[in-house]
Amino acid sequence: MDAIRIEALTKKYKDVVAVDNLSLTIYKGELFSLLGLNGAGKTTTIKMLSCLTTPTSGDAFLNEKSICRDTADVKELIGVSPQETAVAPGLSVRENLELICGVYGFPKEKQNSKIKELTELLGLEAVLKKKAGKLSGGWQRRLSIAMALISEPQILFLDEPTLGLDVLARSELWDIIRSLKGKATIILTTHYMEEAEELSDRIAIMKDGKLLICDTADKIKEIAETDNFAQAFINIVKGVSK
Amino acid sequence: MKMLTFANRTTKEILRDPLNLALGLGFPLVLILLLSAIQANIPVDIFEIQHLTPGITVFGLSFMTLFSATIIAKDRSSALLQRLYTTPLAAIDFILGYTLPIVPIAVAQCVICYVAATILGLKITMNILYAVVFIIPVSILFIALGLLCGSVFTDKQVGGICGALLTNLSAWLSGTWFDLELVGGVFQKIAYGLPFVHAVEMERDILAGSFADIFPHIWWVLGYAVAALVIAVLLFLRQMKKQ
Repeated sequence: MDAIRIEALTKKYKDVVAVDNLSLTIYKGELFSLLGLNGAGKTTTIKMLSCLTTPTSGDAFLNEKSICRDTADVKELIGVSPQETAVAPGLSVRENLELICGVYGFPKEKQNSKIKELTELLGLEAVLKKKAGKLSGGWQRRLSIAMALISEPQILFLDEPTLGLDVLARSELWDIIRSLKGKATIILTTHYMEEAEELSDRIAIMKDGKLLICDTADKIKEIAETDNFAQAFINIVKGVSK
Repeated sequence: MKMLTFANRTTKEILRDPLNLALGLGFPLVLILLLSAIQANIPVDIFEIQHLTPGITVFGLSFMTLFSATIIAKDRSSALLQRLYTTPLAAIDFILGYTLPIVPIAVAQCVICYVAATILGLKITMNILYAVVFIIPVSILFIALGLLCGSVFTDKQVGGICGALLTNLSAWLSGTWFDLELVGGVFQKIAYGLPFVHAVEMERDILAGSFADIFPHIWWVLGYAVAALVIAVLLFLRQMKKQ
């Protein structure tokens, strides 16, 4: 069943076409990666799908709700962890989680149980009382993902979740993302090849706003005639694959 | 409820920054003490406590502009706003959530200034209470200027524009530090075309019990407050849409 159906989605900024006639389908429960170099249009796609940016043309349907016409319904469906660490730095980790619970109008009881559940899921117990602004990048990303999960989203957007993290923090975050599989449809943007290959059910490779290919990592390697996913990516982006 | 949650967060972020407390609550207090000490040695009419205090309470509000502009600009740069735009919070929740929490801080700043002034010899009357009440529309003006700047400028630019430029403008053009008639000419005309001197003169009239004299000053203050708020809301909505 479709979680997201994108139909000829286009975003233009003056003379620049950030996303060019993008069409694809993401299935329910899937962990789907948008992979591309900087400026490929990954973040703009996420911003359109999460109703932060209006498309210039085209439309997308999240659980059959249009991002152009049903923005309030779409916002109820999604959780977003933006590329930058979008946390309130002066608040503690717990207060950040309470902020999002309050924004969604959770009663006190649900708020407490939700915070307990996400604290355990993301291993935030040790830093619950610490100010978010004082945490390392890895902890801030965990908090950011926890904040995105509070509303029990059916569709979760993770925009470059491991950007700038060290190897260990990245590996820990991969484990967390894997543990989320099945809880929601996850759309991940990344420019790390190994991350996309390691985590994703399917991968869409974008370049200059255009979709070059959308398939499983194994199939992409097969099409690019290489066993190495990074090389497959290079072949496809450079246009040397068949 | 949603708006109150967001407003509560704004309050915590502002009050937990020690620099905010030092600037917003401490600096006006230091100015009152310092200028009163100067007045004790070299008496100047304008620094008499009943003239000085209303001016300081209005000048102190320029820090409210800095607070609101800084928090919005930081939220924009950290993408916290971007995250919150994907939640059910509506535009009005953001605008009220940034504006309302700063009003009690502005009132608290004003009260602290008047408490200090009474210790330094200001006669305690009901007019002090009225002066505190009338600081609210003035504070709305300064907070709206912050909302406006925070919607347009980055957090670094806000420091320069609100922290340096606006505090100086609101000081020089308010008639708090020197009598504008002494300068006269274009300077005086510009000052009276802006709201700062009107806010100070309105507060001085209220403190003196000359309530009939608050006109036309109050119209200048309210006019600028409404205009600043409308422009601020439009600019905030524009940057929200630009996300």
